[in-house]
Amino acid sequence: MYQTNYHRPSSVQEAVKLIGGAAEGKYLAGGMTLIATMKQRLAAPSDLVDLRHIAELKGITVNGRSVRIGAATTHHDVASSAELEAVCPAICALASHIGDPHVRHMGTIGGSIANNDPAADYPAAMLALDATIVTNSRQIAAADFFTGLFETALDDGEIITAITFDAPAKAAYQKFPNPASRYAMAGVFVARRDNGEVRVAVTGAGSNGVFRHQGMEAALAGNWSPDAVGNISVDASDLLTDLHASAAYRAKLIKVMTKRAVAAA
Amino acid sequence: MAKITMTVNGRQVSGTCDDRTLLVHFIRENLGLTGTHVGCETSQCGACVIHMDGLSVKSCSILAVQAAGSSITTIEGLAKDGELHPVQAAFKAHHGLQCGFCTPGMVMTAVDMIARHGSNLDEATVRAELEGNICRCTGYHNIVKAILAAAGEMGGVRQAAE
Ligand SMILES: Cc1cc2nc3c(=O)[nH]c(=O)nc-3n(C[C@H](O)[C@H](O)[C@H](O)COP(=O)(O)OP(=O)(O)OC[C@H]3O[C@@H](n4cnc5c(N)ncnc54)[C@H](O)[C@@H]3O)c2cc1C
Ligand code: FES
Ligand code: FES
Repeated sequence: MYQTNYHRPSSVQEAVKLIGGAAEGKYLAGGMTLIATMKQRLAAPSDLVDLRHIAELKGITVNGRSVRIGAATTHHDVASSAELEAVCPAICALASHIGDPHVRHMGTIGGSIANNDPAADYPAAMLALDATIVTNSRQIAAADFFTGLFETALDDGEIITAITFDAPAKAAYQKFPNPASRYAMAGVFVARRDNGEVRVAVTGAGSNGVFRHQGMEAALAGNWSPDAVGNISVDASDLLTDLHASAAYRAKLIKVMTKRAVAAA
Repeated sequence: MAKITMTVNGRQVSGTCDDRTLLVHFIRENLGLTGTHVGCETSQCGACVIHMDGLSVKSCSILAVQAAGSSITTIEGLAKDGELHPVQAAFKAHHGLQCGFCTPGMVMTAVDMIARHGSNLDEATVRAELEGNICRCTGYHNIVKAILAAAGEMGGVRQAAE
């Protein structure tokens, strides 16, 4: 790892100012991705601005069905929130299957979505839940936020402060984890609203990152049951092929994960 | 360079290190507490697991400066007055180790697991929660047995290590 300078602000304002004054600064949340990247010398920030000690970035608020999760809230805190469990158990279950307990004690929702790993779990939830990504300067719809592999709509120095969404009537997430890394080879988050609208978001499989599958959404809006997607074909041409699975195999996994998710919701 | 202070196994300690120094190296080299091991240094194996402010973390994936001001427990902090911690005793009784390299991380993971789940701990949960800890020797069966036995012995009472 190259040399770096560590800073510990106690407010968002101070954090933004510190990044602004740094040659090549980076925010540090749980560090579960960033520290590893720095060890490999794939990142060499001149300055690290730690977000773990900023109270306004932490915590979960549930008001009726409206949910706000602070960006620096850990996977562990999402997984074990009774308030969240009462309105949207799917996101708690998702968080409880990220990595291992030690990773969940450090890793944060803000770090996960800012990183936008094509195999990360939270991006699928954000798209399917029609979440809003709140930053220090604006609000971004999830649909506009995830722009490609490890790419987001965030500007330099922009900081995610929270994510918000309205809890759907039903939701579930199912992933087929890579047996070694536990990252999704295909993960599907389904959500159904009271008005019958359905969203199906897929992670781990798209060659351009997380995406929605309109064909399955239409089928499930007509008939909310695992059988409804039986005749839908998933186009493999935009899916990833790698060491772990071919695009055709991932296309099959997406259908199976969707069926399982609908059955579990 | 940073001058940092933290509480380790109940004692306040200070030291100077680079901002880029990993917590595990600070613990092993600055503090001389070599019970915490480094197996992979890439957050896969769990040999470096310690508790920071009461929760298990991989000390190879955290900078020492990030831990400044926190309360740390390492494997050296578990035994009290020469008596093994119930989890350590259970690993011994159930042959939960062979070479012992993974053991400090396994024990710290087990203590955290028991603290969070208490009497709800069952075999499936133990196996799922060992996701981040690798053992090359035992085949895990005796580790799982030891953790369940310790959880039983501790009466499922929420007991923090700190
Ligand atoms: C062993 C292991 C297994 C894992 N398994 C999974 C898995 O199964 N599924 C999964 O989804 N993930 C997995 N992860 C990744 C994990 O979820 C990380 O927590 C996450 O990717 C990054 O979150 P972090 O808080 O650690 O961010 P950091 O590593 O601190 O930061 C990541 C990036 O986001 C930026 N950033 C952080 N917070 C903000 C913010 N508030 N605003 C703007 N930018 C910000 C940082 O500058 C950096 O570029 C795994 C990680 C490990 C080490
Ligand atoms: S040394 Fe930290 S996880 Fe392997
Ligand atoms: S006892 Fe040897 S690695 Fe676990």
